[in-house]
Amino acid sequence: MSDTPLPASVETIRRVRADPRLGRRGHGSEGPAKGAGHGDTGPASKRIIVGYGFWIFLLSDIVMFSCFFAAFAVQSHATAGGPTMAQIVETPRVALETAALLLSSYTCGLSFAATNARSKLWTQVFLLATGLLGLAFVGMELQEFIGLAARGFTPQRSGMLTAFFGLVGLHGVHVSLAGLWLLTMMAQVQLKGFRPEIIHRLICFNLFWHALDIVWIGIFTIVYLMGGLT
Amino acid sequence: MFGKLDWSAIPFDQPIPLITSLLIVVVMLGVLILITLKGWWPYLWGEWITSVDHKRIGVMYCLLGIVMLIRGFADAIMMRTQQAVAINGPGYLPPDHYDQIFTAHGTIMILFGAMPLVIGIMNFLVPLQLGVRDVAFPTFNSVGFWLTASGALLVNVSLFIGEFARTGWLPYPPLSEATYTPGVGVDYYLWAVQISGVGTLITGINIVTTILKMRCPGMSYLRMPIFCWTALASCLLIVAVFPILTATLAMLTLDRYLGWHYFTNTLGGNPMMFVNLIWAWGHPEVYILVLPAFGIFSEIFPTFSGKPLFGYRSMVAATLFICIISMMVWLHHFFTMGAGAAVNTFFGISSSIIAVGTGVKVYNWIFTMYGGRVRFDTPMLWSMGFIFTFCIGGLTGVLLAIPPADFLTHNSMFLVAHFHNVIVGGVVFGVFAGIEFWFPKAFGFRLHPRWGKAAFWLAFVGFWVTFTPLYILGLEGMTRRLQHINIVAWTPWLYVSVAGVGILILGVIAQVIQLVVSIRDRDKLRDVTGDPWDGRSLEWATPSPPPFFNFAVMPNVEGEEAYWGIKLRAVETQQLSPQPDYQPIEMPVNSPVGIYTAFFAFVFGFAMIWHIWWLAILAFVAAYAGFVVFAWRDVHEFHVPAEEVARVDQARREARTALLARMAEQGALP
Repeated sequence: MSDTPLPASVETIRRVRADPRLGRRGHGSEGPAKGAGHGDTGPASKRIIVGYGFWIFLLSDIVMFSCFFAAFAVQSHATAGGPTMAQIVETPRVALETAALLLSSYTCGLSFAATNARSKLWTQVFLLATGLLGLAFVGMELQEFIGLAARGFTPQRSGMLTAFFGLVGLHGVHVSLAGLWLLTMMAQVQLKGFRPEIIHRLICFNLFWHALDIVWIGIFTIVYLMGGLT
Repeated sequence: MFGKLDWSAIPFDQPIPLITSLLIVVVMLGVLILITLKGWWPYLWGEWITSVDHKRIGVMYCLLGIVMLIRGFADAIMMRTQQAVAINGPGYLPPDHYDQIFTAHGTIMILFGAMPLVIGIMNFLVPLQLGVRDVAFPTFNSVGFWLTASGALLVNVSLFIGEFARTGWLPYPPLSEATYTPGVGVDYYLWAVQISGVGTLITGINIVTTILKMRCPGMSYLRMPIFCWTALASCLLIVAVFPILTATLAMLTLDRYLGWHYFTNTLGGNPMMFVNLIWAWGHPEVYILVLPAFGIFSEIFPTFSGKPLFGYRSMVAATLFICIISMMVWLHHFFTMGAGAAVNTFFGISSSIIAVGTGVKVYNWIFTMYGGRVRFDTPMLWSMGFIFTFCIGGLTGVLLAIPPADFLTHNSMFLVAHFHNVIVGGVVFGVFAGIEFWFPKAFGFRLHPRWGKAAFWLAFVGFWVTFTPLYILGLEGMTRRLQHINIVAWTPWLYVSVAGVGILILGVIAQVIQLVVSIRDRDKLRDVTGDPWDGRSLEWATPSPPPFFNFAVMPNVEGEEAYWGIKLRAVETQQLSPQPDYQPIEMPVNSPVGIYTAFFAFVFGFAMIWHIWWLAILAFVAAYAGFVVFAWRDVHEFHVPAEEVARVDQARREARTALLARMAEQGALP
């Protein structure tokens, strides 16, 4: 598993996809593939079990976010004489934040393509890029929060601001913790190489990062776009 | 330095908590000294505390649940006796203390008594029934257990240091907000439940993944035992609703610690949002508890009736129906909120409809017994007692589901009687039935049958004598959570209820005696065959207790009731299946990460409760460091050589062959 140039990843992705346990699965007359954990073919492979379990965790995490979304929906007009959403949204910054986070999802995907090609160097490069973009995102968000607090718009001011800070802040905390995880993964890739369990963790990390991106799209639409327009 | 913590936190002026907690401390110290003197620490550490074996973890969950059940029962005794002596008088418990007791009773019974018991049985049983060697994530399993245990520890620490919440088991705001309840009681509740909730979520993810992705060859979905189906439904509910609990408690925490306005009654906070969110978790929660109990009964009825479960597929459908509908009924807990006729009607209808699923199950159990050769062993007594008790509880539930009727009985003793009727009659009876049933599997000997039957009858009669008067009191207008009573006409019923508690105490004593006597007579009660009840699912194919790898060779399932098929074939051919080709086995290594994480979770929770910020930061950093160290380990599994597997399995085969020969002698063979 020495370092190979990136274009080989295309070949690798094809190989992974062709593997019935990982990519397309047999249906119909072919019956379920062995090792995928379907039907009556016995337990799935470790890789599938880890990925599957992490998907279940992600679903539960999204349920948690949905509660904060619901709270925002309930309280979005509970301004208690304080500012309305339209008064606190700064579109340019939110656009930049969104661009940084979406781009980080792209680099995150590239890092996994490099992992599939077993290229340590490119995996690290793209993980680092992902981390830096995430850092930029969190930095801009903090800047926004500090700016709002300086104008007196703190969560203690009204129910609406509570729900706003709670939802956006929860996402920010998630991204920050994911950053901590990312650093740990970079160290592990460097020191331990592409062992199966490291690859399983990289799969989970990728899923987590993309899920946070999806949640951000929800926040961007519901909080900033819909909230800012009304 | 120590935040809000100082000597005034110790209740020197309140004899009851002081003496109780001193007693607990003395007993715990005594146990620790005994373990040290006897030199049991290496055994405990290596075989239990750091164990990632699902069976060991399951047993530890059950032990935790039983200890907490007794603690919660002590609270119950105090509540019933207080109400009986506080008629036109103050009684012996001041309101402050009484309020903590009913809060602790509810919190402990649901979250630290019933939940660990149900999760423990699922943990123990699911891999055995699926014919596999462990759960999907064995180490996380250990983390989940120890997190639950540290949550339970926090609740008990509140007895001695500080106070517990006085808000009821669901801390409704605005009462639970810092403005109205400034003490540490609600904070104890928040952090204890939050920490154990994370543990529960881990279990949920673990068991869902295990059932959906790790079944032995041939075990397709519709060949799984019903208990696995109910465990799946229950854990799907955990995954779906425990995050709601986490979110809701986090919001209340933000309100209390940082002065935010999620649920305050000022500046745009919305207290009813809390009530909606908490019951969106809380109602599915009762089904999380009762569905596995249904699964337990669905294993017991066929075994003790000697015939397959009636209507297997309708049982699966009813389980999943309940799983989904249980998330659509939460508003029936607060019809009086004033959501309007349309909303109340919707939730009234959905609450009534959910009884249909349960009705299907009850008929299936009855038809399973019909025409069978029923054996009245202790597990079967609990199961039949359950059908009777649970049906009455379900019927009063349907009464409460009618919004206009609910307006009259809301928050009354009628409600209290109803939910004890379903939770005691359903979950507690189910758990006791399950413990009687699977105890020989876990420990290799049966529980004493006569003491078991005595315990059942005392619990059954005691339950009805305690709670029937509460139904009547509710209809006479008595509301719940009364510290003293001013209506003398209620006196007789309150006295009858206390008498019932007395019978229940005898039942608990009978259970304890049963355990002690069974351990004493364990050689007489020994289960040498591994199949003491003539069972039908795969756990009975293993020896009792099963080896740590469960199955020497993964079974190959060829139909429903996997083990019954294997047994019939052996009886027909008068021999076991041919000796398999033994392969080496990989098993996960033990890990201290569970107790390590839980320890720092406990420290973190305690530090947050008392506002000791530096300690909280320290605990968080330590927990993260532990996570990194754990992620760095290189050895995940150890090797069991084929010879060792063969040796263990040989003993099992000899026992089974002897069983076959004995059956032939008795003329049980064709």
